[in-house]
Amino acid sequence: MQFPSRRRKQTSNPQTELYAHPLQFYGEPPLENMSLAEFETFAVDRLKLLKTVENLGVSYVKLSEPYAKKLESEFKNLSFPYRPEADDRKTQSGPNEYDKRRKDHISHFILRLAYCQTEDLRRWFIQQEVDLFRYRFNDLPAKQKLEFLHRNNLQYDTISVEEKKSLLDKLVNSSYAVSGITVEDQDFYKVPFQDALDLVRTRKVYLKAGYVYIPHQDIVTIVLNDFRTRLSKALALTARSLPAVHSDERLQPLLNHLSHAYVGQDYSIQKNVGKISLEQIDSLSGKSFPLCMRQLHQSLRENHHLRHGGRMQYGLFLKGIGLSLEQALQFWRSEFIRGKVDADKFDKAYAYGIRHMFGKEGKRADYTPYSCMKVILSNAPSQGDHHGCPFRHSDPELLKQKLQFYKVSPSGISQILELVKGMHYQLACQKYFELTHNIEDANFSLNHPNQYFIESQRVLGGGKDIKREMDAPQRPQEITAAKGNNAPREAATNDPQGLADMTEDLDSFFQDA
Amino acid sequence: MSSSDYDSACLPDLLPLYYRRLFPFSQYYRWLNYGGVQKNYFQNREFSFTLKDDIYVRYQSFSTQSELEKEMQKMNPYKIDVGAVYSHRPSQHNTVKSGTFQALEKELVFDIDMTDYDDVRSCCSAADICSKCWTLMTIAIRILDRALREDFGFQHLLWVYSGRRGVHCWVCDEAARKLSVAARSAVAEYLSLVKGGEEMMKKVVLSDPIHPFIRESLTVVERYFPRYALQDQDILGRKESVDKVLALRLHVRKELQQDFQNEKKPESRWKLIREQALRKQSTAKKGQHFEKEIMLQYCYPRLDVNVSKGVNHLLKSPFSVHPKTGRISVPIDLKELDTFDPFAVPTISLICEELDRPREGDEEEKSAETNENEKDTAERRKIRDYKRTSLAKYVKHLDQFLDGMARSWKGHLLRKSDLQKEF
Ligand code: SF4
Ligand SMILES: [Zn+2]
Repeated sequence: MQFPSRRRKQTSNPQTELYAHPLQFYGEPPLENMSLAEFETFAVDRLKLLKTVENLGVSYVKLSEPYAKKLESEFKNLSFPYRPEADDRKTQSGPNEYDKRRKDHISHFILRLAYCQTEDLRRWFIQQEVDLFRYRFNDLPAKQKLEFLHRNNLQYDTISVEEKKSLLDKLVNSSYAVSGITVEDQDFYKVPFQDALDLVRTRKVYLKAGYVYIPHQDIVTIVLNDFRTRLSKALALTARSLPAVHSDERLQPLLNHLSHAYVGQDYSIQKNVGKISLEQIDSLSGKSFPLCMRQLHQSLRENHHLRHGGRMQYGLFLKGIGLSLEQALQFWRSEFIRGKVDADKFDKAYAYGIRHMFGKEGKRADYTPYSCMKVILSNAPSQGDHHGCPFRHSDPELLKQKLQFYKVSPSGISQILELVKGMHYQLACQKYFELTHNIEDANFSLNHPNQYFIESQRVLGGGKDIKREMDAPQRPQEITAAKGNNAPREAATNDPQGLADMTEDLDSFFQDA
Repeated sequence: MSSSDYDSACLPDLLPLYYRRLFPFSQYYRWLNYGGVQKNYFQNREFSFTLKDDIYVRYQSFSTQSELEKEMQKMNPYKIDVGAVYSHRPSQHNTVKSGTFQALEKELVFDIDMTDYDDVRSCCSAADICSKCWTLMTIAIRILDRALREDFGFQHLLWVYSGRRGVHCWVCDEAARKLSVAARSAVAEYLSLVKGGEEMMKKVVLSDPIHPFIRESLTVVERYFPRYALQDQDILGRKESVDKVLALRLHVRKELQQDFQNEKKPESRWKLIREQALRKQSTAKKGQHFEKEIMLQYCYPRLDVNVSKGVNHLLKSPFSVHPKTGRISVPIDLKELDTFDPFAVPTISLICEELDRPREGDEEEKSAETNENEKDTAERRKIRDYKRTSLAKYVKHLDQFLDGMARSWKGHLLRKSDLQKEF
């Protein structure tokens, strides 16, 4: 087939020129004909790669050693250009460097077609591609980084030696890896703070009068920002030209198929409504709720109130384990009216939000229970809040006390705390699962509080408590081989401030953590 | 002052008077119209009203100042919120194709609420405030105002008393109004140091090197800390509060508790803590900044990040009345920040009463009026009205703020017309 293209460039050997560098900005679409079979393999392989990027980002600190190692081996497995290699190494077995770069190029553009269709898909795709790009750019030797910048015409303003001298102190104190000597040695770029949000957010850069001063070693941030902006513009453009692609009946099913692959279990489809009675919740919360939900349940019982973030996190979880709307209303009302809220106020101020969660109010969106990733990364708890993930948002000291109180063995506690220290919150939670359910190996990879619940019920006697249909419906995941899925799909809000918040939540959520 | 005591039952009687004769519509319009630099900026702005019995109406919008006036005088809202500038008129949001109605711009806003400090103030809790804990708001304003200006380069910051227990900041620079959601949340996070919910006791953790922004903020906190924390809140007085200060400072707690047995004066106790910290800084690796962490945990501004993040989040409008206290949400003049007293902010009852007091110098003004046409006369009467009340100085402050902004619009408009000439 002919890859859709806008114009053909007349250079002597455009492709060789295009693949002269191991990394590219994907500025030019591929222009060659290819077989449908190759088209499909390329697409599937890149999707696998992106899924790996996503999963690794959850389990490991991005760019940490294990993260890089695992990603590197995935690059090898799937024949993507994983390490900048000189062209003369073509003698090795398997596809040569040129083929790999070609595959990188073409597969990226195929997925653009599949993932430009909705806002949701675009966000997911951009996030994974950005992470992928970060890893690869980071991996380049200094010389190739510079070469990459030149090749792609990326020029940023540097500050003068005098300015550097006058700001020396501040520059040293605002960047972790910079000392007085390295300040003198390297260039500092001055860009509007909007172009380096990751560094601003984490206060890893000096900020003055709206500009950030970025040491050369952190230039990846600005490059990534460029990459993200261009990709997002390009996807919007592709989306507009999509009707043409969709009229191709060979392509269309394939593209749809591809774009559905990223959606995993979302625990929102309710087959199990009404299988749980309200009386069971107390005992279930001790046995089968993950700590985050147990904590919320407990503080709800104690304070007869939960703030917005807690109501959302817990309310959607309860919906996911099978509470009906009527049950949910009864559950929240009976607890709230024992506190400061009377029935009238409840109906006025809170019932709306609960109906909203069930899609009975407002936009009728069917809100999805929060995944671990969402709980851990977005909307961190603040004063008065009890939501969040206890492994992430508790003082280790308090977490320890809590675990002792729940009768976890001292050796178990230290294993959990060790995982927490390494920022493996979900693994810590899984360890907790294993310890409290007396099993050696949980045999699943935890990424959702509702999954925790289902697995727990399974272990505790094949669903004696509730019937077996608890299994959340699995959406087709034909393509991906990656286990687990953490695609954050929806953010929700029930405040009257409006539904558009939903997309805004997502927006910031998809920014790099 | 007794006659100005506010009774919320009178609100329905006072509001019509307030909106008819006192609310500074012309300044208000001048603000939100932003010099008319962008088309439909005022027209596409969302307002929302809270009416009697907590009836909440969203998506109000107005095409002119006089339409806004008429509507407000008709509805007499108990509370006014200001939202975003949308792609279409908010009042018609139901008629446009779904998905195309979008929030485009809004001031960058901050909301600091005293209830978020409950774990670190002993004088009051929840919605109550007193002059002691108000210092927290003063500190918050000083720190954020400096950072927003010097670090982020914003210039047009309107600080507003919320009418009850907090303050709001409206950053009105064009660049601020155009910020993306991601940028807003990055700014808010840059400015947040106190983190964690009820499960986190140690809410400030510093690591080396200390960022210039934190240094600057500490300088502000240090100015207020001895008076506010050591004296007014007496955080190193009673045993329980000492325990709280030292909680989770395991490596120094024992020693300090022993030292404290012979030393009762808060200032001297604080000196002991500082010395201890200094000593640790030269030896130990971890937790070497605990004295700074304590100061920040007790005094650093606590932001509601979610309010700042959303473009379409609504925030209580300046000059809205607080229905519970009756106080007007007034702009704060930072030149007088240290003497700003929330309890001296006029209530709606007070200013309405001031309006009824016999006028002075009426004659004079009448003669000046004779040549004006009728509409102008009505306009001028309104101006004179608020000038006779304690609202005057706050409206004047808003005027000054708007003058400052007008200078930047002028530059903008000039550039624009220059461009046009070129073509
Ligand atoms: S890891 Fe997931 S399930 Fe476990 S406590 Fe945290 S958020 Fe809840
Ligand atoms: Zn107080």
